[in-house]
Amino acid sequence: MTNSSTTALPVSIQSLSKHYGAVRAVDSVSFDIDAGEFLTLLGPSGSGKTTLLMMIAGFTRPNAGSIRIDGQEIVHLPPHKRNIGMVFQNYALFPHMTVGENVAYPLRLRKIPRAEIEDRVNRVLDLVRLAGYGARRITELSGGQRQRIALARAIVFEPRILLMDEPLSALDKQLRDTMQIEIRKLHDRLRMTTISVTHDQREALTMSDRIAVFSKGRLEQVASPVELYERPESRFIAGFIGESSFLPLHRDARGICFGDQQINLAQDADGVDGDSLLMLRPERLRIVSPGDVTNMDDNLFDGQVVTAAFQGESLLYEVMLSGGQKVFVRAANRSENLRAMPQAGEKVTLRLGRADTRIVRAGG
Amino acid sequence: MEPAALAETAIPQAQLDRNRHTLNRERRHENWSMLRLTIPALLIVGVLMVAPLLWLLSMSFVDIEGNYGLGNYRLFFSEPVYVEIFLNTFKIALMVTVISVLMGYPVAYLMSILPPKWAGPMMLAVLVPFWTSGLVRTFSWLIILQRKGLINETLSWLNLIERPLTLVHNMTGTVIGMVHIMIPFLILPLYASMKAIDGNLMRAAANVGSSPTHAFFRIFLPLSMPGLIAGTIMIFVMSLGFYITPALLGGGRVKMIAQRIEESLALYPTWGPAAALAVLLLLMTALCLWISLILVRRLSPERVR
Amino acid sequence: MESHVSHRERLWLYILVGLVLFFLVAPAIIVIPVSFSSTMAMSFPPSGWSLRWYESFFQQEKWIGALWVSLRVAFGTMILTTIVGVAASYALNQGRFGLRNLIRTTLVAPLAVPAILIAVGVFFIYAALGSMLNTIWGLILGHSVVAMPFVILTMTAGFNSYDASQEMVARSLGANRLKAFLTVTLPQLKFSVATSMLLSFLISFDELIISLMVSSGPMSTLPRVTFATLRDDVDPTLAAASSLMLIVTSLPPLILHLLSMRAARKEGRDAG
Repeated sequence: MTNSSTTALPVSIQSLSKHYGAVRAVDSVSFDIDAGEFLTLLGPSGSGKTTLLMMIAGFTRPNAGSIRIDGQEIVHLPPHKRNIGMVFQNYALFPHMTVGENVAYPLRLRKIPRAEIEDRVNRVLDLVRLAGYGARRITELSGGQRQRIALARAIVFEPRILLMDEPLSALDKQLRDTMQIEIRKLHDRLRMTTISVTHDQREALTMSDRIAVFSKGRLEQVASPVELYERPESRFIAGFIGESSFLPLHRDARGICFGDQQINLAQDADGVDGDSLLMLRPERLRIVSPGDVTNMDDNLFDGQVVTAAFQGESLLYEVMLSGGQKVFVRAANRSENLRAMPQAGEKVTLRLGRADTRIVRAGG
Repeated sequence: MEPAALAETAIPQAQLDRNRHTLNRERRHENWSMLRLTIPALLIVGVLMVAPLLWLLSMSFVDIEGNYGLGNYRLFFSEPVYVEIFLNTFKIALMVTVISVLMGYPVAYLMSILPPKWAGPMMLAVLVPFWTSGLVRTFSWLIILQRKGLINETLSWLNLIERPLTLVHNMTGTVIGMVHIMIPFLILPLYASMKAIDGNLMRAAANVGSSPTHAFFRIFLPLSMPGLIAGTIMIFVMSLGFYITPALLGGGRVKMIAQRIEESLALYPTWGPAAALAVLLLLMTALCLWISLILVRRLSPERVR
Repeated sequence: MESHVSHRERLWLYILVGLVLFFLVAPAIIVIPVSFSSTMAMSFPPSGWSLRWYESFFQQEKWIGALWVSLRVAFGTMILTTIVGVAASYALNQGRFGLRNLIRTTLVAPLAVPAILIAVGVFFIYAALGSMLNTIWGLILGHSVVAMPFVILTMTAGFNSYDASQEMVARSLGANRLKAFLTVTLPQLKFSVATSMLLSFLISFDELIISLMVSSGPMSTLPRVTFATLRDDVDPTLAAASSLMLIVTSLPPLILHLLSMRAARKEGRDAG
């Protein structure tokens, strides 16, 4: 339970499938999770991420495939023989037991001596910063405290891996933000292989070492948060993680073009075809002010402001390009941006640095 | 372990095929171990109810002389005693149902609109007889309705009657006793469905100028229909198969199907005639319940989701 | 719900409902004063008071024997139906096997089949088996048929309002299905189980028609003896017997109802 007493184990999932009649809830998914990694399964509802988690936990039986922990096949084991800790969406704390009895439950099942149970319960309560709460009733706990007790109960028996199903969705927004950091810190201390499910992209970006994005039962991409945000492979991922506008591209004699404008790419242009889109992150687009320095290879777009909105920490513009496409531009709320804030109807020029020029596939 | 090494741990197809088999086996095993838990309950109901009912069905086609056919069923039309029993049974069931609705609906209505302070004790008054043994209540009615019972004594003390009224050991007594047993069965589902009616609807009706009576008939009554129909058909069906009350309060003079089934067992050397009556009673019951199900489904306001 | 109709305008409704409620309650409890009567005539109000009919009840082998049979049978039915019914409801709720709807319908069906038909059926099977007539087990099994739907319905409602992830989390923490059920599910469904036990006990204690068909003589249940006495002769001991039956069958649910009403009121106050 202390810093490094748990040994983290790798997980390998291969060709895992679950069908409900003709519906493929999870469609032949394969990926590996490193020992000690925090991996988040991210996707809209119905994407198969929860089904996948339930298959790892053993509550949903797959039609086919393999799940291995540290090279050992577990796909056929019942949940109680998998030795996997799990935090449920609603925490599922036992209301007929005290906090201490809840946390001691997995230890009692393992016939651990009473004195050691008490010792381990105290240590794990200390770890989740709820020392001294052992005698409380579940109903006396706040939402955040319940979340931490559910976590304590799931790790106290030193499971091989930890699963979390939408662990923060029952909390209000402010608490969710602090708990994200809290869980991240706890994971940094314990280094237990962790698989979490969420539909909240910010939660996934904040907590994870890597994120696996799902859509319609298929794995779209597995990558680190930075990689996923900066180099999404498909329009689906670019739209699901962060905000994006997209411009259609085509290839002609001069190279890659948007309309009749040639685009300078950061990447190799070989893979670009009619199926490719230019991804525009609103915060990477800049409205060019008279005094701004522009480089030769910057891409410039002319347009007209449709709406200008003040959103507190940032300013959001909707700009219609000369070709008729609408894009969003976000500028940080700094005094110089605020002073020169263009109004609706004003003509502007947008700048996209060459390094920020990213191409995504249109499909998916 | 490095990511590159993990990629090499790819599992051979043979292992995946083995997994698929194991998973299928486990699935069947789990389904069977769950199904197994229902077997004791199924055995009790299956052996003691389903099997004999099926056997009764087959026996109903064997007549008194031991011939196969519809002889027993033909008996119902040729023997006037059967015709009378059927008419009697329907007449009593219908009377009991109508009286129960007329008496029960106002109670359920008032209970649904009064605050819990009043509705609670009223509910108690409905539940006390509901929990009291039917036999005890039947006995009570004997005390109340008999020649020198509470009612006759009171009426003669008030000089309203000269000779005691015959209130029991006839159809009057039977109907009173049955109504008493059936009313709670009407009120409980009716009350549940009335509680679900949105009070705002009635207020809205009042706001647009409906008179209370108009609002009641146009809005409340139709919305309470599913509960009313479910309750009404339930007590009608239960009345059709009633045994205890007619046997005691009818004093042997009121004959209904259930008594006739029991008597036929003693009367005839074969089970045939009793079985045919049983099948008929079961069919009528099933038919009524089926109609009730359809009506309730049709009248229920569309469910959200 | 406040109403736009004044109380005075609804006076006739209050009077009507009051009369109906009186009609419902009075006959249910009138046997109690009558049972303390001092005369042979079972009239109300009694002309004098005594305990002689209770003495008569407890001095006659016919009555005590019947009471004893009824209590044993009701206890047996309660245990058997609750265990078997809880197991079946659990499987129907948690299992993913086919036939679930058919099985559920079958187990609830005794509710819709007229009691006389169930009684005739049970009698037939026992007559065919030979050795089940006039036995405690015969009565217990027969009563279990009519009590089963109530246990199934009560437990199904309990399982439906129960959070299934409770048992899942217990299993993820290392408990097998049975252990998870016993340590986590059952303690939380104790109210449903208690209701099931109470209902099956009361239904058996009250049951008449099956008992009429499959038991007689020393194996007669209390309702059966009451029925026979009622049909054959007029014995005021009946009032004592009825009062005892009344107390056994309506006191426990009454207490339960009052408790749940108080709990509901307390909840309302806490919420408000």
